[in-house]
Amino acid sequence: MKVIIGQGSCGIATGAKKTQAEFEAQIAAKGVNVEIDFTGCVGTCYLEPIVDVYEDNGDMTRYVKVQPDRVERIVEEHLVGGKVVEEYAIAPEDQQFLDKQQRVVLRHCGLINPEKIEEYLAVGGYEATQRVVTSMTQDEVIEEIKVSGLRGRGGAGFPTWFKWNAAKGNPGKNKYIVCNADEGDPGAFMDRSVLEGDPHSLIEGMIIGGFAMGATEGVIYCRAEYPLAIKRLEIAMAQAREKGFLGKDIFGSGYDFDLRIKAGAGAFVCGEETALIASLEGERGMPRLKPPFPAAKGYWQQPTNINNVETFANVAWIINNGGAAFGAMGTQQSKGTKVFALAGKIKKGGLVEVPMGLALKDVIFGIGGGIKQDKQFKAVQMGGPSGGCIPADLIETPVTYEDINKTGAIVGSGGMIVMDEDTCMVDMARYFLDFTRKESCGKCNYCRIGTKRMLEILERITRGEGQDGDIELLEELAAKIKDGSMCGLGQTAPNPVLTTIRYFRNEYEDHIYNHTCTAKSCKELISYEITDKCVGCTACSRKCPVGAISGEVKGQHVIDKEKCIKCGKCLETCKFGAIVKK
Amino acid sequence: MSEKCCCCGTQNKEQFKELEPVLEKYAKVPGSLITILQKAQDIYGYLSIDTINHISEATGIKPAKIYGVATFYAQFRLQPIGKYLIMLCQGTACHVNGSEIIEEAVCEYLGIQDGETTEDGLFTLNNVACLGCCSLAPVMMIQSADGDETYGNLTKDKVVQILAEIRERA
Repeated sequence: MKVIIGQGSCGIATGAKKTQAEFEAQIAAKGVNVEIDFTGCVGTCYLEPIVDVYEDNGDMTRYVKVQPDRVERIVEEHLVGGKVVEEYAIAPEDQQFLDKQQRVVLRHCGLINPEKIEEYLAVGGYEATQRVVTSMTQDEVIEEIKVSGLRGRGGAGFPTWFKWNAAKGNPGKNKYIVCNADEGDPGAFMDRSVLEGDPHSLIEGMIIGGFAMGATEGVIYCRAEYPLAIKRLEIAMAQAREKGFLGKDIFGSGYDFDLRIKAGAGAFVCGEETALIASLEGERGMPRLKPPFPAAKGYWQQPTNINNVETFANVAWIINNGGAAFGAMGTQQSKGTKVFALAGKIKKGGLVEVPMGLALKDVIFGIGGGIKQDKQFKAVQMGGPSGGCIPADLIETPVTYEDINKTGAIVGSGGMIVMDEDTCMVDMARYFLDFTRKESCGKCNYCRIGTKRMLEILERITRGEGQDGDIELLEELAAKIKDGSMCGLGQTAPNPVLTTIRYFRNEYEDHIYNHTCTAKSCKELISYEITDKCVGCTACSRKCPVGAISGEVKGQHVIDKEKCIKCGKCLETCKFGAIVKK
Repeated sequence: MSEKCCCCGTQNKEQFKELEPVLEKYAKVPGSLITILQKAQDIYGYLSIDTINHISEATGIKPAKIYGVATFYAQFRLQPIGKYLIMLCQGTACHVNGSEIIEEAVCEYLGIQDGETTEDGLFTLNNVACLGCCSLAPVMMIQSADGDETYGNLTKDKVVQILAEIRERA
């Protein structure tokens, strides 16, 4: 028997280490012969900590939300008594979350121990690498990727084969293959999951890509906020080196290739290729004009190819199963599967991998289970700070690069932040503008100053000080920032504002002309009132930090709106639902 | 300006002896500045002017340029931090799930704002972009010599309780 505990960052955050310690203690106390191991993130983050119990015949029972207090019963009844504790096992509707997916990128996540290369080898690991370096030509590899239709999963969706081919065709003394693991989009975490749960699939993808373009060195640019990912990558690289999969003469093919990690230092703009290269060279991560493209002059002026983690994680699967099998999934233009990070006001948050072309509705409601507390679905934000908000009436939109672009958002790296009736769309636009303003490198005036001006206008609107003409001014600035910026950050920074104006103009108008926040979220535009449900318990008046609530015991209380600082403490305190936000 | 300006002497060698192995390995390797700064910050907790000058001397990169790189990236700090670094996630999922309320609670409890350190030198608060634990939003990570600990599904009460427990232990 074997007990496997999910230990991605999210599992650990919910207490997986404590759960493991409790298992170790209980198993030792009961004297049962059970092996304990761990794995990466299975993707059902909302059910963490997750524990899988494998019988000797291979049957598996998955237990969810296993806090230490649930361990004793599992050990006693299941590990000792041989009887599944149904109460703690995954419910059928949660199992659906996984069953409805089709996993290519996440094929091993949550199944293997990411720190043991033997487990990766046991599921066919490095077979693709061996085949490529010993029996395929560079052109054959590129052709296979071309057939698959794989496009960059980092945001732009550029065909992968084209980039590899360009880097291959350009002359250079040394060529470099770089992995962008600087997952900077707030709200996207699929790359972290692959790095933590299946680092060897990334390494394989890089060896194969390196071989195809003729690189002998690879660099993984990983964000410093992911310490666990860096640790597991280092372990995986050392193991691969020991087995001879990295280094000189891989599989006796004569091909030399090695990898190293470079920890990023926190700059969103480094997702832009030329900025990333500047950062790799130890400089400020500022983009430069293209051409020359990195495929011609990149890292140290040599031909360089940069792909994202998820893109690389597809490569070994494509070699093993054939490009045609990959291309058979998805749609004509957007082939294969894509991982989405479901978060926000969603019932079942986590990682979802589905064939491209599925409708947004099927992802959010079919797999994600809909909105928390069954509130009204308002919009889904896709593409992070470069993307936009897609409103509820476009929920049938198929998730493909083309269809999502038409809405004004982008597929981007695959973050899906779900919003409900309580989310203010003007505030969301303000939030993203605040982000891009901070992250602008400052090279282009329009991006540096324009985003700041747009932010000021949005702040004014959310404070209730919006003026007639603000919406038009935002639109004008947005157009100029798009035109006047050199890189993707500036060119896309206005998107969150433009899409919210396009679909939620009424909310902007409510703020500006009626001084009300439709979602009752902007502090300056709401007020608290006590209704006749008040029983006069005085709880709220005692909690109010500014003494704005007065009233007799057992009599209806009132809030002095002049004094009220809108902290919401009264609303939280009231047990009778007598306080309302207006 | 400190009298012992180290850009013109080696009297600070002793002071920076923990950094020596790092400089030996990376000082002359092109493109290593960020790596050196990261290691220096790991050792000293922040990048002081003296540290920057010392790195400049070892690498031959001008202090102004090092300062430029250090201020470009969110990771680098030019001021010392508390024993516990609170990295409060302000990513999109956390924002939608009320990270601003959590920030208010932390600020109120500790009496500091983003980027500041408590008077007892115990806590520093930093708002960060995204910790990648979006399904557990709102989230924070607390870094200390004991390692990194991530806390999810935060509420006002929960975050205050966590900080109170750390304060008690320390």
